[in-house]
Amino acid sequence: MDPMAAIKQTFFQECEEQLAELEAGLLAIQDGGYDGETVNAVFRAVHSIKGGAGAFSLDDLVHFAHVFETALDHVRSGRLAPSHEVLGTMLRAADALADLVRAARDDGSVDAGRCDALADALRALDPDAAQADEEADGDDGEIIDFQPVPLDQSIFDDDLATGSVPSQSLFLIRFKPKPVLYAKANEAAVLLRELAGLGEMTVACDSSALPLLSELDPEGGYLSWSIELKTEQDEAAVREIFEFVEWDCDLEIERQIGEAPGEPDVAALIEKMQAAVEAELSALGPTPIPVSEAEPAVIDFAKAREKKSLQSAGDQGAQRADPALAGAAAQTTIRVDLDRVDRLINLVGELVINQAMLAQRVQEAGLARASGVASGLDELEQLTREIQDSVMAIRAQPVKSVFQRMPRLVREVGAMTGKLVRLVTEGEKTEVDKTVIERLADPLTHMIRNAIDHGLETPEARLAAGKPEEGLVHLSAAHRSGRIVIEVSDDGAGINRARVKALAIGKGLIPADAALTDDEIDNLIFLPGFSTAQTISDISGRGVGMDVVRRSIQALGGRISITSRPGHGSTFTMSLPLTLAVLDGMVVTVAEQTLVVPLTAIVETLQPKVADVHGFGGGARVIAIREHFTPLIDVGRELAYRQGDADPLSCVALLVECEGGFRSALLVDAILGQRQVVIKSLEANYRHVQGIAAATILGDGRVALILDVDAVVASSRADASFEQLLATAG
Amino acid sequence: MNKTVLTVDDSRTMRDMLMLALSDAGYRVVQAEDGLHGLEVLQGETPDVIVTDINMPRMDGFGFIEGVRGDERHRAIPILVLTTESDAEKKDRARRAGATGWIVKPFDPVKLVAAIRRVAA
Repeated sequence: MDPMAAIKQTFFQECEEQLAELEAGLLAIQDGGYDGETVNAVFRAVHSIKGGAGAFSLDDLVHFAHVFETALDHVRSGRLAPSHEVLGTMLRAADALADLVRAARDDGSVDAGRCDALADALRALDPDAAQADEEADGDDGEIIDFQPVPLDQSIFDDDLATGSVPSQSLFLIRFKPKPVLYAKANEAAVLLRELAGLGEMTVACDSSALPLLSELDPEGGYLSWSIELKTEQDEAAVREIFEFVEWDCDLEIERQIGEAPGEPDVAALIEKMQAAVEAELSALGPTPIPVSEAEPAVIDFAKAREKKSLQSAGDQGAQRADPALAGAAAQTTIRVDLDRVDRLINLVGELVINQAMLAQRVQEAGLARASGVASGLDELEQLTREIQDSVMAIRAQPVKSVFQRMPRLVREVGAMTGKLVRLVTEGEKTEVDKTVIERLADPLTHMIRNAIDHGLETPEARLAAGKPEEGLVHLSAAHRSGRIVIEVSDDGAGINRARVKALAIGKGLIPADAALTDDEIDNLIFLPGFSTAQTISDISGRGVGMDVVRRSIQALGGRISITSRPGHGSTFTMSLPLTLAVLDGMVVTVAEQTLVVPLTAIVETLQPKVADVHGFGGGARVIAIREHFTPLIDVGRELAYRQGDADPLSCVALLVECEGGFRSALLVDAILGQRQVVIKSLEANYRHVQGIAAATILGDGRVALILDVDAVVASSRADASFEQLLATAG
Repeated sequence: MNKTVLTVDDSRTMRDMLMLALSDAGYRVVQAEDGLHGLEVLQGETPDVIVTDINMPRMDGFGFIEGVRGDERHRAIPILVLTTESDAEKKDRARRAGATGWIVKPFDPVKLVAAIRRVAA
């Protein structure tokens, strides 16, 4: 890749980090839990974005970041108090800055009107805004003292010459360094050498001020130089050489009109001069080691890093250490193709199966528990498990990456609905599989929108109900019994059950006389086509309901449920597997085949009684489960393992719930047990098979197919229109 | 032997740019991520020039310059500060802290190299 393109990519990555830091910092300031370093970090984030953007000529970004930075500087200097309003503007500006960064990255566009309005709002935060406005009147460009210089690879190939004037001029220069010039590591010899690069030069060194050795201050400045320089460069170029030292020396530069002197031997002069300076320095004791003679050393980053972390571990707060860690990550992490990791996970899956098979063989061989083979096998099992956990951990990422998108969403939805919302997040470091995280973003976004739009009341209604004006949305993640549990809760009005039920009846989702528990009513919102919003709002309307959320969660092998207390709010709880590579399954037999049914789909298992099973035309049957008629699906027949119907009385029924909350009873011959199985893709190894999600290998080495419950139920529903049957039965 | 430049900047982007510009110009580059890290790198390294940012976490550029100038072994190393603020105040503060010179960001690689040549023998 072109090196500049690679740096640009780094820049955008870094921007994302800076934006996250900016937002976190602003939120910390808003919550009052901040110190000077927080304000500095926030300032630095915007400052860095501006700095990088300048190098890539991202002018819109530079302009906006500059205005933002100026406003932040007022806060930093204490001239502007970070009030609620000020932070509101800054948080919106942070969102706009994020949009500008992403637009620059993706060659997209932004709402220029919104950015301009925010830039104006930021400028208006200036305590001396009125005055500044007048000064800047009609001259917007003046505000920016920052001229982007595009970094162009081709420049590197150019000469160092900086333009020229056609005719030669003669400059007379008197240069007398003060001691402070040397203290700042400037060197007269280097400056003179640079000066010589501009043209032809004659130098005379005046050492008359040198005192006797006994009176000599080793760090004093005793030498001065008179220089005649014949050059095509202008005076500015000559002055530029002395730019860094003009305060630290006596300098006179005079431009002479007329003939330049003859050809001096510049190189020899410089050499002489350098020798003189070095002689002076070395004669005068221990001070400055000529840098060029210093011993080059190989840098040991790892060692430096180790020292650094040891040193900083004690006193650095987590927040302060973070940027350092982010930087450290550049050296302590490697990027690996996801395919490679997945291949490794797959192989470890094989290892687990192999180990289980081996264990079974050893057991069958009847070896004593205490034998060396058995104990070695135990160790192998332990080790295998550890390897599996470690490999799975490679794919694990903290949910933070999803959670950190939510504050902005909350602000936007809050602003759109006119509700005051505070978002509290918890457990951001909880780790889960990368794919789960990626697919979590949409459902989570939808649920947070719902919580604000439908859950929280308006500030007036809240005050009237004796609650604080500001509504609370709580987002948390935690590990619980081998799964990750994510909760979204609000302290709003809770579900209006009377209205939910009336709506469900109105839409024909439930019969008018249905007797439902509170819990059942709450769960009606997951039915397809259900929406409690009276008007289709811009926020949670859009025809996407909680049924879609549930479907996405189920597709990840997860479950979602809701609890609600009228007047106190609602809580959505999602439970998801930590990985998509293994699955908790119920191992069953169907027509002498072994199948695995994902445990998440199974609601309960039961033994059918003769009175509960009713046949309908076309071979379709239903089973009455607590007065509900549920379609009874013979898995063996559905997968064409057998022709005739199995006898329900000698079978087990698994009550499963699939897409849309539709329940069915799956008929299987027997349940062998529950276990965790390693998922093997059937598509990758064979081809897609209708009704089968994947395959796995059991401990005895047999291949077992994993049932795709949704597909089996859907195909069965297509065979016989159960809705019709239910309507007749219901 | 190529001259060594120590770059101290918390921004990866800026470090990468300095690396590109300086290595193209034939310098050997060592990097540090903030002032404190810079001082630690100096324990095992004696660069010919230091280029440092001002705004950094943990230890800013001013603190870093004071640290280098206060160290007998390193106080003669020229230090150039990188600053987006071309205003006199920042430059002045850096100068008083002991900076040798400065480079205004975003830097032009030619000017960067010219500035380094103006301070490094």
